[in-house]
Amino acid sequence: MLLISTLLILLLAVPLATVSGRIPKALRSWVLALPALAAFVIILGPLGSQVLSGNQPSVSLEWVPQLDLQLALALNGVGWMLALLVTGIGALIMAYASGYMDKYPHAHRLYAYLYLFMLAMVGLAFADHLLIFFIFWELTSISSYLLIGFNHENESARRNALQALLVTGMGGMALLAGLILLSNVTETWLLSEIYSSGIDVTASGAYPAIFTLIALGAFTKSAQFPFHFWLPNAMSAPTPVSAYLHSATMVKAGIFLLAIMFPILGGTVAWTYTLSIAGSITLLLGGYFGLKQNDLKKILAGTTLSVLGLLTLLLGIGSEKALLAAIVFLIGHALYKATLFMVAGSIDHSTGTRESSILFGLKKAMPWSAAAATLAVASKMGLPPFLGFIGKEYTYKASIYGDDAWIVTSVLILGNAILIALAIKAGFIPFWKKKGDPSQFKTPHEVSWSMRIGPLLLASLSLVFGLAPATLSPLANAAVATMLQQGSNTPLHLWAGLNLPLLLSVITLALGIFLAITNHSIARMLNKITIKSGDQVYQMLLDNVLRFARWQTRLLQSGYLRNYLLIIIITAAVLITFKLWRYPSFELGDNVESFSWPVLLTSIAMFVGIALAAVSKNRLTALLSLSVVGFGVAFIFAAYSAPDLAITQVLVETLTMTLFAWVIYKLPQFRQFSSNRIIAFDAVLSALVGVLVTLLILKSKALQFAPSISETIAAWSYPEAHGSNVVNVILVDFRALDTLGEIIVLTIAAVGVWALVKNTSKATSKTDS
Amino acid sequence: MQSTLLNISSKYLSVLLFLLSLVTLYRGHNLPGGGFIGGLIAACALLTIALATGWEKIQQTLPIRADQLMIVGLCLAIASGAFGLVVTGEFMQGMWLPKLELPIIGKVMLGTPLLFDIGVYLTVCGFTIQCAEALATSGDSEWTH
Repeated sequence: MLLISTLLILLLAVPLATVSGRIPKALRSWVLALPALAAFVIILGPLGSQVLSGNQPSVSLEWVPQLDLQLALALNGVGWMLALLVTGIGALIMAYASGYMDKYPHAHRLYAYLYLFMLAMVGLAFADHLLIFFIFWELTSISSYLLIGFNHENESARRNALQALLVTGMGGMALLAGLILLSNVTETWLLSEIYSSGIDVTASGAYPAIFTLIALGAFTKSAQFPFHFWLPNAMSAPTPVSAYLHSATMVKAGIFLLAIMFPILGGTVAWTYTLSIAGSITLLLGGYFGLKQNDLKKILAGTTLSVLGLLTLLLGIGSEKALLAAIVFLIGHALYKATLFMVAGSIDHSTGTRESSILFGLKKAMPWSAAAATLAVASKMGLPPFLGFIGKEYTYKASIYGDDAWIVTSVLILGNAILIALAIKAGFIPFWKKKGDPSQFKTPHEVSWSMRIGPLLLASLSLVFGLAPATLSPLANAAVATMLQQGSNTPLHLWAGLNLPLLLSVITLALGIFLAITNHSIARMLNKITIKSGDQVYQMLLDNVLRFARWQTRLLQSGYLRNYLLIIIITAAVLITFKLWRYPSFELGDNVESFSWPVLLTSIAMFVGIALAAVSKNRLTALLSLSVVGFGVAFIFAAYSAPDLAITQVLVETLTMTLFAWVIYKLPQFRQFSSNRIIAFDAVLSALVGVLVTLLILKSKALQFAPSISETIAAWSYPEAHGSNVVNVILVDFRALDTLGEIIVLTIAAVGVWALVKNTSKATSKTDS
Repeated sequence: MQSTLLNISSKYLSVLLFLLSLVTLYRGHNLPGGGFIGGLIAACALLTIALATGWEKIQQTLPIRADQLMIVGLCLAIASGAFGLVVTGEFMQGMWLPKLELPIIGKVMLGTPLLFDIGVYLTVCGFTIQCAEALATSGDSEWTH
């Protein structure tokens, strides 16, 4: 129940956030942070102790039993870690956002979206049913869309929001297909059951498809190459959003997916190579992107890409060491990156700019932010005794004992060195650089407490966890245990002695500082290389889809009633022909009504009516001729003893006639616009459709796919429904739901007719006057 | 377009048609008829008035507008289904009152299917009037002004 109540707290926070404008300003930060904090405490305390004791908390509520869909939640080690990050950082972000967004209009919407997102992420971490997982997954994409496009008056914000939604949404579709395939193979929807069943999915024939689809979901969400381009663009969101979604939490959802799928799909050649290669490329690509940038947020976005690539690479390696390294690195990254983003936002808030090249000497005016940033940079650089150092050491340890050690280690050294350079550029120089031109930006001032507490707390945690890694061990081990599906008890150390990883760390540091010093010339060099970016490919695809949509809309929606009718009739004719061709045999059956003179005469009259209607140049004559057909049909109904149908037909015919007459009275004089060729074509088409429908009716007598229900319904009519008119009993009792649907359609049609006719007449009368 | 003949006959004809529509509606469960046919006949009754005296007259004759008639009809139809939902747990399950003996009409069976049929009656009638009015009165301004 704790799982459910955690979600409920976050759900209730959404409406609370929408009315946050009414809360006094002094209290607002605290009130906004409170639900997230409460959720964090529940997850850390009671839920945490259950996870650590190995007694996995879980709950299952029936939702749609017909689809085998339960609201099944269970908390494993990886999920626990993710939920802690989401709610813990979330609480601080909420406090920060309330300070940062203070003067924005509609800030309360942002708070509500943020809580919606938090709910989705925690739901993702808790989900045990694969479809529930998917639902929360999509909810994170949707809330991310709302948040990126928060400044919706800005066109590029709208475009970037849509881009993120389309890319991650596309991945979501792939993920859904992958999850369905997975559940087909394992015959269960529950992740925990898949774990415990021990089915080897990798041996199944569907494995390549499952792996590809799920990897697509993870790669789009975590912005892995070749889907990396949306993440830098997502920086058009307000800074608290970038700090929260696009560095610390949401982009980790893809990594989380890979982590929970590791025990099921991991360890194969395909897994190792796909993840390692995509991860390595993303790692270097993020660095390349970051080195070229001057905007603090863009630099940080580059480093986020790099780290996501690094995590994917580690999961690709997949050894116990690599998994542990991934977890430690992930936590370390979330702590320092959220800090750096928030500080970047604070700098922007205080100086009005985020250009790293003009900012300098902010440490005097913003001492608290400077302290937080410096701690975070130190952790990011992997200096001892910070958590970042441990993460980097473990990463090297994993790479040098893994396969292809040389290549992987070189990639890691280069990637980490770039990360160091970028950390210095984004978090160190703006505060500590001595010389510059102060007229380029507003006189800085320290930001409010609500904006300082988050960065400070998270940055100090980097130090605390670094100094006392034992406090983090249970969490990391619980996560690794989930991924390995066996107990894990590797204590984390800050100091592992003088060994190869330490040497590599020193090399990395030296290279990183070198890159930071030579940054200007490197950026100039990189700017000369132009790579056709994924963004351009995306734009090309999108443009083509839109072009196709326009083309087919113009084709189908020509605006001529004539063409619409033609499309409908031809489609129907083709479908009927197909069916007639599939069941070619004809038999008239034995209960064909005998010949009768009145029916024959009526039929002849009807033919004459049709011919007259077709050639007549006077609308009223044509209408009267057509009504001969309608009444003739009514007569035939009556002749073959279907009184209900006959009465209805007579009434409908009368009414349409009357209405038609009313309209005709207002139409201009009849004139012939169609060429003879079109008329001939129409005549042939009409005759063809007439023949087809006749054949279809004859056929419907001959074909009987299922036992007929007419007899049963007739027999039930009186005892079950107290009615002896079977037609009416079917309409109002046996199939009353159909009738209800039909009268609803009638109502909708009436609205349509009213709007169409009344609006056009209003428009024409306007243009007339 | 005023015709004395039509004007006077429509007064009686419409009342007769309306009564006929009610009878058709009621007897539909056992004999040819029902809500759909009844609704069409009722619409005919109203159209007769409209033909003879114009649409303003209809708006005076009908206590509510045609679109409201459709809404009431839909609500009745859904309500008739709700009875079954409340009592038996099945939406649209038919429920019947015990048989009544009335002085002139004789045995009367009242139940949710009849209520449903009344809903159909009102919706169909409302639909026809609504469409007829839209078609018949559209563009009037161009002709009169």
